[in-house]
Amino acid sequence: MTHALTDDAVTKDGCAIRASGVGRVFAGTKGHQVIALDDVHLEVAEGEFVSLIGPSGCGKSTLLRIVADLDHPTSGSLTVFGKSTHQARVDQDYGIAFQQAGLLPWRTVAANVGLPLEVHGVARSDRQTRVEELLELVGLTDFARSYPDQLSGGMQQRVAIARALAESPRLLLMDEPFGALDEITRERMQAELVRICSETGAAVLFVTHSIPEAVFLSDRVVVMTPRPGRIIEIVDSRPTAGHARDDEFRDAEEFFHTIARVRELLHGGPVAAARGVETR
Amino acid sequence: MSLAATERAEATLRMRPLRDARFTTLLAPALLGVATIGLWQLVVDVFNIDAFIVPSPQSIWSEFLDSRSSIWHGMLGTGRNALYGLLIGAALGILGALVANAVKVIDLMAVPIVAALSVVPIVALAPVLYTMFGAAANTARVIVAALTVIIPVYVNTLRGLRQVKVVHRELMHVYAARPVFVARAVTLPTASPYVFTGLRIASSLAVISALIAEYFGGPVDGLGKAITTAASSSNYPLAWAYVLGSILLGLAFYVVTLLVELRVARHSSPSTSTVSL
Repeated sequence: MTHALTDDAVTKDGCAIRASGVGRVFAGTKGHQVIALDDVHLEVAEGEFVSLIGPSGCGKSTLLRIVADLDHPTSGSLTVFGKSTHQARVDQDYGIAFQQAGLLPWRTVAANVGLPLEVHGVARSDRQTRVEELLELVGLTDFARSYPDQLSGGMQQRVAIARALAESPRLLLMDEPFGALDEITRERMQAELVRICSETGAAVLFVTHSIPEAVFLSDRVVVMTPRPGRIIEIVDSRPTAGHARDDEFRDAEEFFHTIARVRELLHGGPVAAARGVETR
Repeated sequence: MSLAATERAEATLRMRPLRDARFTTLLAPALLGVATIGLWQLVVDVFNIDAFIVPSPQSIWSEFLDSRSSIWHGMLGTGRNALYGLLIGAALGILGALVANAVKVIDLMAVPIVAALSVVPIVALAPVLYTMFGAAANTARVIVAALTVIIPVYVNTLRGLRQVKVVHRELMHVYAARPVFVARAVTLPTASPYVFTGLRIASSLAVISALIAEYFGGPVDGLGKAITTAASSSNYPLAWAYVLGSILLGLAFYVVTLLVELRVARHSSPSTSTVSL
């Protein structure tokens, strides 16, 4: 990593996220402690797409929330572009999209996309130009003046992604952004996300519980296990040279191979042997 | 695309309930009103009822037309007090709710005070306030109106402020948005349907309390004063004509608040923010 370091958001080691020994313990009921995360080590390089996958309760969302400064680790440390999560948030080093689109229903699509720019005092005319670009990027130019309740779920999610991209962040945090969408819309959104990421070069931390989604989108898939939330293994899921992440890749043998590998890890053994057996 | 256009048109229609009103929805109540007034007139005529018991609608209406300039004057006087009271009370109620929402301790401290205030017959304070601020000024009336307005606005606004969605709050946190921006962009728009519910209740209350406060003293302008004067000089049709004037004033306040609400709060109804697949 030897880019010319002009942007102060870029660290010298080229790391977007660096988690070392991160743990998060929740005080549960009756004095019980719930270990949501235990000793998590993870580095996400700049421009890298990393998915967190695992059954519910494995702490994948907790990890993302810690990165976003919405939660704090009880042990270990986590830095974003070499800064504390608080500083990274104040400096707006990342964009974020949740499972719910979370649009403001009283604002038009354009005003929703421009929201983060407005928060940070970008001039109106610059904001307009940028919003137009973003709406074109997600294919919603015709809906700029519509209100969220006039859009389908998939379109709302695209607005949310455009909003997350508003300030051209070098890091995108996405917490099951396509979780509420049907399979067809979902695949189309995945393809769009791949295109958007290649155009913007942003690093992505992507939480999902869909194995094909994780494998299709990611450079690396982080497989996690619940109680306590830990990383079992990190699977390399980059397409081999000469392959692009397109619909053809969905039919490629290596795609299935990686999916099988991730599934094996999630089930704690070869899938065939584990069929019908409770492995957790 | 045409489907989306249709959906958009439907959504717009949904947002303008007034335009959706059917002829029958207007005709039915109008018929009932006409029938009631007709029956009233009939009963008064047939049984030859004295005006001090119930004057006939016809005599009220002719008094109303004859004294329309003084009724209009009275409406302006009472309306001004009610309006000032409404604005001051609403501002204080909203401000108080914002503070209580931000500082938990204040919220908890305010609970018994709000409960106590909501059972105080505030108009009964009018005589005391006239002594405090002088019987020649309208101050006491404005204060009475404002005090009546504060409680419903405060209670409803506070409820509305608590409707902010977790995802919106977290978004604002992630944006490191300043509290003032959060209030302007998220909290107040979320709360606005609730604020307007409070304001709608409060707008009629403001007129009623400003008017009743006139019964207890103060300057001679205003509908309340006119009603008592007319009644004490046995001019019952005129007293009723003033009552008609106060009904119109109350309605005007209510309708204006409703129109402002329809304009401001059109996209913030809770049902419109759900994700449809």
